[in-house]
This record gives sequence, C-alpha cells and structure tokens, in this order.
Amino acid sequence: MWYYEKKLQYPVRVSKCDVQMAKFLTEQYGGADGELAAALRYLNQRYTVPDKIIGVLNDIGTEELAHLEMIATMVYKLTKDATPDDLKKAGLGAHYANHDKALYFENAGGVPFTATYFTAKGDPIADLYEDIAAEEKARSTYQWLINMTDDTDLIDSLTFLREREIIHSQRFLECVEILKEERDRKKIF
Amino acid sequence: MNTFRKTYKPFIGPFDPCPPMKVKSYETPPQLYMGFQPYNLPQFPNLQTALKHGTLWPALFAPYENPYRKGGA
Repeated sequence: MWYYEKKLQYPVRVSKCDVQMAKFLTEQYGGADGELAAALRYLNQRYTVPDKIIGVLNDIGTEELAHLEMIATMVYKLTKDATPDDLKKAGLGAHYANHDKALYFENAGGVPFTATYFTAKGDPIADLYEDIAAEEKARSTYQWLINMTDDTDLIDSLTFLREREIIHSQRFLECVEILKEERDRKKIF
Repeated sequence: MNTFRKTYKPFIGPFDPCPPMKVKSYETPPQLYMGFQPYNLPQFPNLQTALKHGTLWPALFAPYENPYRKGGA
C-alpha cells in the first residue's frame, strides 16, 4: 500500500501562458516513454525479479507516480484558463472536442495510452535493460521538451525530472551489476 | 572528468535544401561512466541544494541547457 503526502515532489511553476506546451508535455503523461508507462512497468515487474532488486523497482515505480503528478500539474496550469479558441490555436481542438479540459492519458500526438508501450519479459536482465532504455528515453524527452520552451520556471521543473531519470538509470545499471554478482569478488580468469 | 555533451560534424551534402547545421550534439550524462556507485561519495551541503539539483551527489548531477540556444550546439 501507499501513504500519500499532499505535496509535489518538486515545485511546479509555470510563468508563461503557452497552451501549446501543454500539448507537448502530454508526451510525458501518456506517451510510450512517459511517467505512467514507467510507473506501471516497474511496479508490475516487482513480483518476478530476484529479491535483491524488488526494493529498487518499488521505490522508482513509486517515484514515477510522483513525477506523473508533476506533469499533470504543468498541463493543468497551462490549460485551465484557456478558451476553446486558445486550445484550437494550440493544436488541442481535437482534445477539447472529446475531453473538454480533462487530462487524458495520450501522447503529444493524441494517441491514447496502451499497455503495449512496455513489457514484462520475466527475464530479470531483459527487463532491467528495458528499464535502463526507458530511463534514457524519458531523459531525452525531457531534453526535447526543454528545447521547446523558454519558460525558466517550467525549465527548472523539467530539469529536475530529467536529473531523476539519470539517477534511476544509475540505479538500474547497479541492479544489473547486483544480479551479475561479480561485484567486489576477486576475479581470477 | 567526463564531459556531459559530445559533438560531431555531420557530412553536409552539396545539394541539401536547408542551411546546414554544421555541428550536432548528444548528451552523455554521468551514470554512463560511474559503474557501481562508490561508497561515501561527497554529497551536496544541505537538502535544499540537493533538491534543487535533483540528486544528493554532485558526481551524478548533469546540467542541461538547450543546445540550440546561442546559435547552436
């Protein structure tokens, strides 16, 4: 189970009225390499990996949910005061027609979220390598998002999220090392 | 210390339609080089600073700036 703390992991401020950025940020909300896919992937893998690395998947999967909340906050702040006309101009007319301003798990192109974005192979090495790749892909998405805005407050939050991807990648790389069980062992070949 | 960004000069064809980007770049953050994180790595002086950086350890902090700003990579 989880305990909920009613605050964001890192502050989210948006200082520029840029509705189109909300559309782009949606990639990290319901996209293939987004926070939802990450959280579900790791939390699901917990059951079938060696005991030593369950905790890492648990912690990182949980943190991804905190990141999901941050992205949702950004999207909400950028769209809450937009008129239907503003949304149309920002390329969100189709979204408005279907969802009003409700957030929806879709990618930046409007494709709905699907479980096929991630897998669970059952082989710990294969699954961890997917996790590492997922972190690097999410890191790149944050870079491309940062490259598309000049809102320094938004960039600040996105930079934090990007750094977390780096740390998660480091932890998954360490998980692989743990499973290889060669660490600290005197190697004689 | 490793650099966080690498650059390369791609081939530029004589008949390409758009003005060329002469230098391209990609990111190489620190986890690529660290292996298993060593014990007792120095930490940021306080939690506020650590939160701001998104990590407890300066050795794992990778700054990022838009490479297209200030006239490209």
